[in-house]
Amino acid sequence: MAATPNRPLLEIDNLSTHYVSAQGTRVVRAVDDVSLRISAGETLGIVGESGSGKSTLALSILRVLPPAAQIVSGQMWFENEDLVRKTDTEMRHVRGKRIAMILQDPMASLNPLFTIGNQVGEPIRVHEGTRRAAAWRRACDLLKAVRIPSPETRVTQFPHEMSGGMRQRIVGAIGIACEPRLLIADEPTTSLDLTIQAQYLSLLRDLQREHGLALIFITHNLGIVAKMCDQLVVMYAGRVVESGPVSRIFNAPAHPYTKALLNSIPRMTDNRNRLTAIEGQPPDLSSLPRGCSFAARCPAAFDRCHKETPPEFNLEGGRTARCWLASVAMQSGAA
Amino acid sequence: MKQFVTRRLGYSLLSLLVLSLTIFFFVRVTGDPAALLVEPGASEDDIAAIHHKFGLDKPLWAQYGLFMMSLLRGDFGQSFYYQTPVLDLYFDRLPNSLLLALVAMAFSLAVGIPTGILAAVRVGRFWDSAGKLFALLGLSLPSFFVGLVLILLFSVYLGWLPSSGSGGVLHILMPAFALGWYFAAAHMRLTRSSMLEVLGSEYVKLARLKGLPQSWVIGKHAFKNALIPVVTLAGINLVLMINVAVVVETVFAWPGVGRLLYEGISFRDFPVVQGIVIMGGTMIVVVNLLVDVVYAVIDPRIRLEK
Repeated sequence: MAATPNRPLLEIDNLSTHYVSAQGTRVVRAVDDVSLRISAGETLGIVGESGSGKSTLALSILRVLPPAAQIVSGQMWFENEDLVRKTDTEMRHVRGKRIAMILQDPMASLNPLFTIGNQVGEPIRVHEGTRRAAAWRRACDLLKAVRIPSPETRVTQFPHEMSGGMRQRIVGAIGIACEPRLLIADEPTTSLDLTIQAQYLSLLRDLQREHGLALIFITHNLGIVAKMCDQLVVMYAGRVVESGPVSRIFNAPAHPYTKALLNSIPRMTDNRNRLTAIEGQPPDLSSLPRGCSFAARCPAAFDRCHKETPPEFNLEGGRTARCWLASVAMQSGAA
Repeated sequence: MKQFVTRRLGYSLLSLLVLSLTIFFFVRVTGDPAALLVEPGASEDDIAAIHHKFGLDKPLWAQYGLFMMSLLRGDFGQSFYYQTPVLDLYFDRLPNSLLLALVAMAFSLAVGIPTGILAAVRVGRFWDSAGKLFALLGLSLPSFFVGLVLILLFSVYLGWLPSSGSGGVLHILMPAFALGWYFAAAHMRLTRSSMLEVLGSEYVKLARLKGLPQSWVIGKHAFKNALIPVVTLAGINLVLMINVAVVVETVFAWPGVGRLLYEGISFRDFPVVQGIVIMGGTMIVVVNLLVDVVYAVIDPRIRLEK
């Protein structure tokens, strides 16, 4: 793995992305005061349940948000440039070239009307000004790189002629087409079956190694996090509730939500008949309760949790947690 | 692809057979054409002679049989009123109808597609609201009303355009506008909704994530997909325009097929009405078939369907 430089490749500070309704009366805090960093060659896992803001965070990084959403505050330093302050045209030169993203649904993310070669070659044509024929040859090589058999025929085919696993590898090929520094994969394996999933993950790892990519891996599968990631960010209700190196968090989670997530993984050796689930529902992001947003579901909550929102405490070993208990038990210095 | 076309062809012939049956019997419900062809107070014998001349004295099934037999030979019969072959009358008028429909279609697409795209790209903002207002007016104002307002404004008050007839470029402007007006609104609405659906798709999101310029995202990835339903509708609408221009052609005295049908109905000219309806039906069926084939060419997924 590449040596970590002084400044991380991407450093997000206090980023907030909100969805505002047409009348401006309802504000959904999809991403709220999120900070994270990732260095070159590193893999960062982002976990959290559906609706916790993972995908909005990823789309915020590339600033491809739906019309109703906007970044309201924060900074995103990528290779010493603040992505938040870039113009749309400048941002366009970042997308697909320096930061690429793989979407979660391989069946829907390819355009049904264009050939694979056309779609894989597109970022190369746009970012490097390559001619159609040359881009086509590069597309061929890229398909080979993502281990698609007989790429020469595949480039001439249409998406409906391929299986889900193959399409997702093609989406991966589009991701690495311009050799980006950072690849964001948003639940890229959710719709694939287990064998194909394993193949795809090892493919991503190989690509990462060969190209020195930094990888942000968005998932709700903690097993994949354990296998793939160096660093972990746990999101709940739009906020980062815990972050740090994967092994440390798995050994001793600091936030009760992380603990509950780890407990809810079914184990073969478990003798209990029932699966463990976290009681209750996540809060409505447009009307967050006072205090900690997890307090209502937290078995360890006490008075203060319902009154005051815990800040992000810095713990030892490069970890953070938003929990009053963590501040007492593991804090190395006030945040 | 061959199998696809063959199967669609079979369905088309079946629809035409049903259409011929329907129009043949319905047109005979309207009354006796002989009553309109003879002098008032004509004798029973005169009427019987006319019935005999046009074959109206034979049983209905025999009449239908004869009609279908000659139809298969390409003979649509003679007009009761003009005493000339129906096909000659029809083909005399068809170029006018075609011209009117083509100009109206060009107008409706030139207005409908760009405004539809604009409304979808600027959804919820000024241009979207303006487009919605336009669509509402277009779909709710009947063409005879639009036609009359146009005549009032451009012929009566301003005196710029001729109010009726055909011949010059100026003659076609108002009828084409009156005919295309409704279709422009229909094409605008369909383009907008289909574009909105496509703009929200994952592949358009991926196109943006690739860093493609907005013009590529909209012009290539979104537009081509959004156009599929619009092409279908426009194809069917073109044929509709030729065949539903009855009102517009009557208002503007445009010598097209629509007005011929109007005359045919007024005079109970059975062969003319039957002929026009069957020609119209054939056109609609053929265009539906063509649209399906074009569809299959644009969209590779349809080609492979069994």
